[in-house]
Amino acid sequence: MSSAQIEIQLIGLVVAAACALPGVFLVLRGMAMMSDAISHTVLLGIVLGFMVLGDLESPWLIIAAAAMGLITVSLIELLNNTKLVKQDAAIGLVFPALFSLAVILISRFARGVHLDNDAVLLGELAFAPFNRILLFGVSLPHSLVVMGVILLVNIAFIALFYKELKLATFDAGLAMALGFSPALIHYGLMALVSVTAVGAFDAVGSIMVVAFMVAPGAAAYLLTDRLDRMLLYAVLIGAAGTLGGYWMAHWLDANIAGSMSTIIGLLFVLCLLFAPRRGLLAIAARRRRQKWEFAQTMLAIHLLHHEGTAEAGVENRLEHLHDHLRWEPGFARGVVRRAREGGLISQSNGSLLLTAQGRQLAEQNLEG
Amino acid sequence: MEQSLAIQISDLTVAYQEKAVLWDIDLDVPQGILMAIVGPNGAGKTTLLKAALGLLPIAAGQVAIFGKPYKEQRGLVSYVPQRGSVDWDFPTSVLDVVMMGNYGKLGWVRRPGAAERRAAEAALDKVGMSEYAQRQISQLSGGQQQRTFLARALVQDAQIYFMDEPFQGVDATTERAIVELLKELRASGKTVLAVHHDLQTVPEYFDWVTLLNIRRIASGPVDEVFTEDNLRATYGGRVSLLSSAPRKEAA
Repeated sequence: MSSAQIEIQLIGLVVAAACALPGVFLVLRGMAMMSDAISHTVLLGIVLGFMVLGDLESPWLIIAAAAMGLITVSLIELLNNTKLVKQDAAIGLVFPALFSLAVILISRFARGVHLDNDAVLLGELAFAPFNRILLFGVSLPHSLVVMGVILLVNIAFIALFYKELKLATFDAGLAMALGFSPALIHYGLMALVSVTAVGAFDAVGSIMVVAFMVAPGAAAYLLTDRLDRMLLYAVLIGAAGTLGGYWMAHWLDANIAGSMSTIIGLLFVLCLLFAPRRGLLAIAARRRRQKWEFAQTMLAIHLLHHEGTAEAGVENRLEHLHDHLRWEPGFARGVVRRAREGGLISQSNGSLLLTAQGRQLAEQNLEG
Repeated sequence: MEQSLAIQISDLTVAYQEKAVLWDIDLDVPQGILMAIVGPNGAGKTTLLKAALGLLPIAAGQVAIFGKPYKEQRGLVSYVPQRGSVDWDFPTSVLDVVMMGNYGKLGWVRRPGAAERRAAEAALDKVGMSEYAQRQISQLSGGQQQRTFLARALVQDAQIYFMDEPFQGVDATTERAIVELLKELRASGKTVLAVHHDLQTVPEYFDWVTLLNIRRIASGPVDEVFTEDNLRATYGGRVSLLSSAPRKEAA
């Protein structure tokens, strides 16, 4: 591996981790699409900042962009609070307006600077190592330094306010009653998302930022029951997608950030299918098991109902389950076999008899 | 006596966009009682709790907790929101939710430690949920969710408990456990204000009651104000269910 290759992968890893951390909270707060809005409108902040400062490298641009991110969030909430527009529509109205304003400003006043639309939308990770700065005498890619600082800020913010973020996300009412301002926490998180989006879009483009923020959190949500592990898994999934995507791009000779997002998306699909308890396959298996369990309970109740009555000899036979419970013969045989194996019923001369265990099951369910 | 009033609400009006949901509420709650707040849907019961806790802006009036504004008395008040107000799929454990009751005392940034953990475990034990401490909250039944919320409120170790429908959708065992807990709280001098739906059980579970329907219809000891006339005034024509409540008490 050349040093440029290593640097590109390092930048990817730092971007993935920096995006995944606030992304977890966006996913849990049902605000995933806020990342889409912010990652686009920060461009307006950069353009306006550039027009004022005339310098594309100034750290003030990040502040301007973050401020625009917060303005985006407030505008969306303002529109939403009129109750005339739903939140998803408010997002869809605000960010294209601000983004298109940015695009107009670039094409009118900032033509020729490195703010072309392709770079904004897709980013170009392959060129990231060419833009270098000296830090303590070491020459490092500009993106790596910027994103490294942003990653540290994100880690510090989440470590410091972990309990506040958790409480405000789970139960905003209690947070407020206890004196933690949920609004302050909300805007703190949105500022984090904005700063991260600015840094990341320079490296991977504004569309990929959304994938890096939302998919790792959404995938990690399927894998665990604990918030701390969800944060860890989200970072690992983002990292795995980054490395996998880099080498896919290498082999296919394709856009690096696009390949990374693709692999992250594929990892999400894998989690969706195969997650131990929340995955689709696990859910299907659980449904199937519940179907058989429910049928066995129905059988036990049916047998209990007719037990010791005159018609028991007719009702409580395998071949009559079809008439009485409207079960297909194959299904009825399956239920009877499972119930017998589970010790719920016994069979003698074709009659089905409840065992003590079966009777208990039926009575429990009838009590409710 | 002023200082024996746990909660004093005066002239409280709450409005959503110029439409009043609570009109000019006066309410004195003495210390050491269990008070039910009853009234029809849309009467403003939850709004009353939330406004008293500063969760909603109030249009007019004052709320005093032991004679001072709520903001200065947060540590004395514990809040049990409606079970349905949170996302039970949130990735966290029962113990962790109960520990949240400690966050107010900890303040910003400080993390809960061993002492907070012990307090949470003790509270879980009190509501009979010890064995569920490590359970993911989405795997709880409705009754267990409510017990978790009550444990969280106990951890706050408050003087006043605001509870929004603590009996809503819980099983009979949990209901009895909650009633026991309420009586224990009262025995140790705490004050409970609970939104309640089941009129039949008001005289059995509570000793004071407030009848609310946008306005305060009546408030006082159950045997004085929980009368058919007041219920009729609160619920209007929809009283078919109600006449049995006072009768039951007489029987």
